[in-house]
Amino acid sequence: MRLALEIDAVSKIFPGEGNAAPKFVLDRLSFNIKDGEFVTLLGPSGSGKTTLFHIIGGLEQPTTGDIRLYGESTLGKRGEIAYMPQQASLMPWLTVARNIELALDIAGVGRKEARTLSRDWLERVGLAEVGDAYPHVLSGGMQQRVSFLRALLSPQPLMCLDEPFGALDALTRMQMQTWLLSLWEQHRRSVLFVTHSIEEALLLSDRIIVLSASPAAIVREVEVPFPRPRGELIWSDPLFNALKREIYELLRPAELNAGGEKKEGGADGKLREPYSVG
Amino acid sequence: MVNKLLKLWPPLAVLAIVVLGWQAAVVLFGTKEYVLPSPLVIASTVMKEAPRLLEHTSATLGITLLGFIFGAAAGFLLAALLHLIPGAKAGFYPLLVLTQNVPVMALGPLLVIWFGFGLMPKIILLTIVCFFPISVAMLTGLTKSDPKLLSYMRMIGASKSQLFWRLELPHAIPYLFSGLKIAASYSVISAIYAETIGGSEGLGVYMRLSMRGWQTANMFAAIAVVITLSLVLFGIIFALERLFLRGTARSSKGE
Repeated sequence: MRLALEIDAVSKIFPGEGNAAPKFVLDRLSFNIKDGEFVTLLGPSGSGKTTLFHIIGGLEQPTTGDIRLYGESTLGKRGEIAYMPQQASLMPWLTVARNIELALDIAGVGRKEARTLSRDWLERVGLAEVGDAYPHVLSGGMQQRVSFLRALLSPQPLMCLDEPFGALDALTRMQMQTWLLSLWEQHRRSVLFVTHSIEEALLLSDRIIVLSASPAAIVREVEVPFPRPRGELIWSDPLFNALKREIYELLRPAELNAGGEKKEGGADGKLREPYSVG
Repeated sequence: MVNKLLKLWPPLAVLAIVVLGWQAAVVLFGTKEYVLPSPLVIASTVMKEAPRLLEHTSATLGITLLGFIFGAAAGFLLAALLHLIPGAKAGFYPLLVLTQNVPVMALGPLLVIWFGFGLMPKIILLTIVCFFPISVAMLTGLTKSDPKLLSYMRMIGASKSQLFWRLELPHAIPYLFSGLKIAASYSVISAIYAETIGGSEGLGVYMRLSMRGWQTANMFAAIAVVITLSLVLFGIIFALERLFLRGTARSSKGE
């Protein structure tokens, strides 16, 4: 099996400014993504996921370690991944179709091909009528659909999605998850996905990598057993809830685990809200 | 469009009241014409002087447009260069302010000494006056690109030139137009000043001659022409801006 991405013992330490202590962000992180696999990084805020993305995207160098895409080291090389950021990041002066063409153009796709690709796909995903609209008339969910399409059409084999639904309301977010799921299951691109939401991770991924807070280190890898194609139905599967609880336990802050129930008081944690909903 | 016309009403009404009051005051107090001509006298002077005014206006317009275009080009290029060459902004930007601190009153005669009485010193003077607001506005636009768009473009591997042409320059266009509008107003006034320091035609020369001959009505006629000229120039740039930014006007700010 070919490996789409290998993260090999990557550490990142930011030197402290002035007298401040150096900031240890990533601690010898190692994992990989097989070709066509959907892998999710799940961790608390500030666990260095953005830094890891910047390293994979070539914007930053790791302090130690190596990044390989399909066997080749890409340290400091930009433009090797298809990328979808948390905020839609569409140019407000370009129409939706032109925005997609811009990304493809930068990725090295010819202008003509970019144009036909963006037209075809906007129609295929039911966004044909907004192709000539400017982004500001679109809702947040629509903008994220365009942003996802832009990454999906980029020719780089690995897609990196950085908390793509983090800024959406809960309902839109659920719709987006199933939309992305159905699109992805048709195409099976290699995906590195970042989220705070356990449910989102369980619904979408083949494998979940649970990270600890700073410095980020891998707490555990969870294989997600649900068969594909998946749908909303797995939300009511008992196994889904069991896994959700299990992962939530891994993510609970240390003092709550040790000192026990400071906030909720319930002895077995039954009443506790999940770590993050939707 | 209807909204625009409605917005024009209040200033026009105020203007009409001022003009009427002026007319009434001049008639009522019997003010002498060389002190303050009435609006009616000014209007009839414009009619009477139309051929001469037209001749001088076309000379002034020529200098204004040439100087404005050179200034805009210089301002645009300078902003792009200062932005693109690493370190250039830190070194040159503070010095740009110096060019604006030399009084135009001193600069004009110096340029005449160096370049004679022809078109050259006037165009140079206008260029110096016009480039500055354009450069400053555009540099601000180039450096203030949305950080999230910048980060996105870098993540997908945009080169420095792609960043400039596809993100920073389009983002700077509204800023560029603000600079152009300021420069347009400066350019007409500077052109008139430039004509007074040397030369034989233009509204500047006409105004100087009128003043010498105590022909105050002619002076006011020239002022009316200058104001019209400035407004027309401003309007053209405003229309160009609308044309350039259609569709995105609402989203260029915020978000």
